[in-house]
Amino acid sequence: MPERIPEDSVGIVEGASEHFAEPLELESGERLEAFDLAYETYGALNAERSNAVLVCHALSGDQHAAGYQSMEDRKPGWWDNMIGPGKPLDTERFFVVCVNVLGSCKGSTGPSSTNPATGEPYGLDFPIVTVKDWVASQVRLQDRLGIPRWRAVVGGSLGGMTAMQWAIDFPERLDACVVVAAAPKLSAQNIAFNEVARQAIMTDPEFHGGRYYGHDKPRRGLALARMIGHITYLSEDAMRDKFGRDLRKGQPLSYGFDVDFEVESYLRYQGRRFVDRFDANSYLYLTKVLDYYDPAAEFDGDLARAFAGSDNRFLVIAFSSDWRFAAERSREITRALYANNLEVSFAEIEAPQGHDAFLLKIGPYHDMVSTFMNRVAREADL
Amino acid sequence: MKSGAKRFRVDFDVIEAWVEPETRILDLGCGDGTLLARLRDNNRITGYGVEISVHNIIACIDKGVPVIQADLDTGLQDFERDSVDFVVLSQTLQAIRYPHYLLREMLRVGREAIVSFPNIGHWLARTQLCLGGRMPRTPSLPYNWYNTPNIHLHTLRDFESLCHKEDIEILERRVLDRHGRSGMLARDVPNLFGATAMYRIQRGPGMTF
Repeated sequence: MPERIPEDSVGIVEGASEHFAEPLELESGERLEAFDLAYETYGALNAERSNAVLVCHALSGDQHAAGYQSMEDRKPGWWDNMIGPGKPLDTERFFVVCVNVLGSCKGSTGPSSTNPATGEPYGLDFPIVTVKDWVASQVRLQDRLGIPRWRAVVGGSLGGMTAMQWAIDFPERLDACVVVAAAPKLSAQNIAFNEVARQAIMTDPEFHGGRYYGHDKPRRGLALARMIGHITYLSEDAMRDKFGRDLRKGQPLSYGFDVDFEVESYLRYQGRRFVDRFDANSYLYLTKVLDYYDPAAEFDGDLARAFAGSDNRFLVIAFSSDWRFAAERSREITRALYANNLEVSFAEIEAPQGHDAFLLKIGPYHDMVSTFMNRVAREADL
Repeated sequence: MKSGAKRFRVDFDVIEAWVEPETRILDLGCGDGTLLARLRDNNRITGYGVEISVHNIIACIDKGVPVIQADLDTGLQDFERDSVDFVVLSQTLQAIRYPHYLLREMLRVGREAIVSFPNIGHWLARTQLCLGGRMPRTPSLPYNWYNTPNIHLHTLRDFESLCHKEDIEILERRVLDRHGRSGMLARDVPNLFGATAMYRIQRGPGMTF
């Protein structure tokens, strides 16, 4: 818990939720009759309603991007180093909104929500949603909040892919788009990792076809899924630096199958912790969202055509040691934007931390976002 | 890309005169984006900088100049053929690993290219090497032999002979003396009195990609 709230923190934050009674037609052809979106906001919306920035979260993230929900919180929101007074997404100037995605489990409608048709949790009856559906749902929130145009839509990883989808589907609803550590679509290897994660969950004896609510949940499967994910978030160098072959608490080898190495201990801890805060069904749905993401698909695989309607400006950032979404994938995005003569800046930041670098305070990375957002603010007279 | 070579404002004036308004350009080794910002503000030219230094990239973003990080030594594969009108390479050719390859790449991506470089055939450099017996150090080439980024120094004559060999057509040449002026000596005896050479080039008839 924070002894006291740091000065550059947005402080104690309160979540909010909106209900949308109008059905949402989904990309899959199914429809969601009604839904809730849970979100947090930081900073103040100005009188002209012209200073709003949307932050999109990644796979296991949520709407709690900055500040503390209570004085008991051990850690602040997941992008607290990015959002706050004087930070790159400066809350003294911008009104920052972060929305929990559909299919998640942090207050927005998802598989653990009650299905109005049955009075039971949806489980696997929840329709498959896509990034396009997320954007369509968030447009409703944008209108509800009375924000005609986001100054920027910003995200990392799956959040960066969501930001791109905004520029593709609703270019007139945003100025700038910041895409960090993302990819235009998943590779076979990415999908393979997701499938292993899903199989870990679905083959857990406690899974019960997703109808585990009210019983024991597939803890082992979800923990295993998270462990697999964590391996892909770190680079080999980062793992070596962090753990090497260090033995747990300096103990000798057990010559058994208990935890010997620090890296094992770390992964098990991450797995256990995740189980307490995340729903296994949501993890299935969100990994599918990732797998299905391919905005170029409806344009014969030509990503450049997907951005044909965009008049936005872009900042694309990748990290040198990210092998989950390698820098080359961000270059693909950049090339597609360049082909449309769109304003795009791209940089590959030297960072040893792997994919997780997008969550870290890395000087040149934050300076870049900060400078870009200052420019966005200046041009909007903020 | 090398950012070691210092950019001289003197060649910006010529570049501004050569680049047609309302065109699209690439500025290779764009530094802090000064040239592109100037062309945008004065001539409504849209363009992208290409830079390797993150520090410079941030300076470009601050000016609102789009900039794409790339290493010029590996070519211009992020940029499609014929995707811009002009490709500019100011004071950097001599620091490139494969200058002939980059020139080809520039003419693949752009309709025309503008190249400026320091002339190692300048009398001051020649004097230092011939009489002093040392690698030249001049105001436009201030480095020591061991720490210079300028690994491919060349003269006007060298450049023109490369263009001939690669079937690159020279459209225009401008030679500036040490004071950035296009004086009589620099015009008449360019390889001896020119400190900075500038060329407008395009694909020759036999150039294929």
